[in-house]
Amino acid sequence: MKPARIDLAWPDPKDCSILGTRVARLDGPDKSAGRAKYTYDANRPRMLWAKFATCPWGHAKVRSVDVSAVEKMPGVVTVDVIAGPGSELNVAYQEVAIVTAESEELAREAARRVKVEYDVLELYVADHDVEMAGNRAREGREAKNGDPDAALASAAVVSETEIGCSILTHCCLEPHGSVVEVTEKDGRKSVTAWCSTQAISGVAGEFAGNAGVDAGDVHAICHHMGGGFGSKFGIDSWGAWAARLAARTGRPVKVMLERDMELALAGSRPSAYGRIRVGTNDDGEIVAFDAHAWGSGGTGGGAGVNRLPYIFGGIPNTRSKVTQIATNTGGARAWRAPNHPQMCLLTMAALSDAAAELGMDEIEFFRRNLKFTDRARVYEEELRIAGELIDWKGKWKGRGEAKRGPLRRGLGLAMHTWGGGGHDSNVQCTLQPDGGVELRCGTQDLGVGARTVIGVVAAETFGLPIERITVRIGENVFPASGGSGGSTTVGGISSATRHASVQAVNQLFEAVAGELGAAPGDLAAKSGTVHVAADPSRSMPFADACRRLGTQPQVTMGRTQGSLMSSQVGGVQAAEVEVDVETGIVRVMKLVAVQDCGRIVDLLTAESQVRGALIMGVCSALYEERVMDPVTGTLLNPDLEFYKLAGIADVGELVVHMMQTPEHLGRGVIGLGEPPVIAPMAAISNAVANAVGARVKRCPMTPDRVLAALEA
Amino acid sequence: MSRLHGPEERSGVSRRNFLKGMSAGALAAGAVASPARSKAAPPAQEKGAKLLGPDPVPVTLQVNGKERRLPLEPRVTLLDALRNHLDLTGAKKVCDRATCGSCTVLLDGRAVYSCTVLAIEAQGRRIETVEGLAESQGGLARIQRCFVENDAQQCGFCTPGFVMACESFRRSHQNATREQVLDGLGGNLCRCGTYHGVTQAVLDAMGGGQ
Repeated sequence: MKPARIDLAWPDPKDCSILGTRVARLDGPDKSAGRAKYTYDANRPRMLWAKFATCPWGHAKVRSVDVSAVEKMPGVVTVDVIAGPGSELNVAYQEVAIVTAESEELAREAARRVKVEYDVLELYVADHDVEMAGNRAREGREAKNGDPDAALASAAVVSETEIGCSILTHCCLEPHGSVVEVTEKDGRKSVTAWCSTQAISGVAGEFAGNAGVDAGDVHAICHHMGGGFGSKFGIDSWGAWAARLAARTGRPVKVMLERDMELALAGSRPSAYGRIRVGTNDDGEIVAFDAHAWGSGGTGGGAGVNRLPYIFGGIPNTRSKVTQIATNTGGARAWRAPNHPQMCLLTMAALSDAAAELGMDEIEFFRRNLKFTDRARVYEEELRIAGELIDWKGKWKGRGEAKRGPLRRGLGLAMHTWGGGGHDSNVQCTLQPDGGVELRCGTQDLGVGARTVIGVVAAETFGLPIERITVRIGENVFPASGGSGGSTTVGGISSATRHASVQAVNQLFEAVAGELGAAPGDLAAKSGTVHVAADPSRSMPFADACRRLGTQPQVTMGRTQGSLMSSQVGGVQAAEVEVDVETGIVRVMKLVAVQDCGRIVDLLTAESQVRGALIMGVCSALYEERVMDPVTGTLLNPDLEFYKLAGIADVGELVVHMMQTPEHLGRGVIGLGEPPVIAPMAAISNAVANAVGARVKRCPMTPDRVLAALEA
Repeated sequence: MSRLHGPEERSGVSRRNFLKGMSAGALAAGAVASPARSKAAPPAQEKGAKLLGPDPVPVTLQVNGKERRLPLEPRVTLLDALRNHLDLTGAKKVCDRATCGSCTVLLDGRAVYSCTVLAIEAQGRRIETVEGLAESQGGLARIQRCFVENDAQQCGFCTPGFVMACESFRRSHQNATREQVLDGLGGNLCRCGTYHGVTQAVLDAMGGGQ
């Protein structure tokens, strides 16, 4: 390879024209105009609709399945029994049969008319009650540090906290699903599959296996997707059936989950509850942390909590025990920052209660104990900024000391951390002789701006306006890129894009240096021109420079570059709430998020992602939870009327502060998918405790739970 | 929750009226669902009322200024007619029961949940979809441009519904306050959390003409 003329390293922020600024997302116009095509929108000629018949019990054995009436229905094309007689189903809404029909209405009707008899088996869904769980509870090993019992016995003050949060679902607005078409040409079968997935580069094999073709003959497409949040990696049984049925019928098949199945089966966040004791000395320093936590993610246990405490791992005397509760509930999948929001809630609530027990200002208590975290210096700065932005000094009152009257205000804090890093990504850059620049990457945009990130990095590197960059993503035929999970996408694709673009620019410099009378290393690409860096008057338009490359497009390949990304971020969030102590209704007045994420690519979409995370946190804190029926084991709120999300008026004022000091911008790029969604539930819980003088023991803090806490 | 102030207030199609309508619709659907029953005497009905279906009937819809004729089963919703029969997939199916607003279109200028309007009911009425809004104003309508500028979209699945709800709100309010905006848009839900941008987009769009 020729020696690099411009550095791979991110340019100095003060020299950047677009990197790190507020850039409107590239697919914004398509989305606002309704032109963006999602998997759900793929309509194909002669397409069949598929719908599932599902089990209404949380645990049952299938006695019989009668599809005779369905098979006779005109317009029904296929009927397949998935769970035949003798099959044991251990979660409600599991698939029993699948039908395809000429129209959506008919497929729904046909699925409803599948007659199934069940023998109902013993079932259990109460994930919150560790005492009631009996043989459904499995106690985990105790993790211990120091001597927590002795430290608690000698502590000046010991506080006790009971806190937890229910099972949530991912609730992607575009449900899970695929549209699969099998075509045959010259005796060779190939598959085109539209799939709402967080890993478009990784789904070909699954479709191939189910459709009976080679993986190389699968064209998988996900140009746009309606949310994933960690729940959409594989093609699932739904995609597999779409592939099998498309292969068998020779017709395109669309399988998109109905909302109830989506909420019951297609992704959930495990619950976590705990009893925690915190011992402190007279100076407000934590000397002991003793936690017993439990919860459930489904039939295998899978509580949403690992070792506690969260972040404050340096506390000297700790005990952490987790009990797994097996429930007949389904679909636990990675939910943004798996287990972190739950562990954050359990830890931050316990710390807040310790501060209250001491009669100490919460922000001061956190500050005094930062030495037990890994990033004390960063957190201290973030605490200071968060405190200023929410006017902590002006508004803070001790717990339960809010002004009397029905409406009580309170403040609360929480902190979080996440790793990040970047996944393995490949990006292809093509320079056309007419000056066209195209970037291709087999990544996908979950809604966070992946397409725009690639465009911004390329535009900065080529010195072009972003409108002149064409970005193509969301197809498995593009260079492979990792699945979007764990906040690793932006690190991977931004560094691979930079790598491909830098090589392309340097080759361009080689081609035009002689004509500009300078060495390639003396050139720069800026403002749509290639020019001599020291003498911008010796320049040529970018398109003219590309013409010197000859008639053939110039192609360069980039890969994820470790030197361009980092990991480990943190953030501090503060909440101000108002609680109506007569009705139990909590209103979020203001949320502040102070967040570091290393080098920022697009400030606009970064801020949007943090705001969105705050809103999701409001939902977890106040509104959303999966409600299971202890008798039938089915989901009692399988729709958006009763599976509650915050509305536009429910979220209060949102203030986002991105850390942009030279120290932070000097780091590599780190993703934001997980970090900002971790702390809001805990901060809001602490603010409510501060306002009403009592800990509401479970999130979401619905009015009944708030009133119960007030009466306790 | 803010959803108490749903689009029914601006649409004229209230959930309660819809449910009342459903009881008649449910009878018809029952007849469709059961071939045995469809051969029996039709359910009691008002004298002179015409029972449609279950087979497709000719339907004429005025969509984005164009007349579209198509055969549709009477049970087909306006949303499904648009998405599955006319390939106008801007309006999205999310909750399919008049909660989330992702399917919002304008019927005679007012926002409705198209998942709970039957296509046959929409005949003779002016239907505007998100696609038409863009076309009619040469590229992007003002509200759509404001969505882009304020990053009022992430995954974008709720966006078309929000755009139409915002457009309806904008047309009926000259100088709304932020509180009125929040109240007026309570009928739409977003999962990614774009409310801040949406609010700002509406305020900007009301800031001056087309």
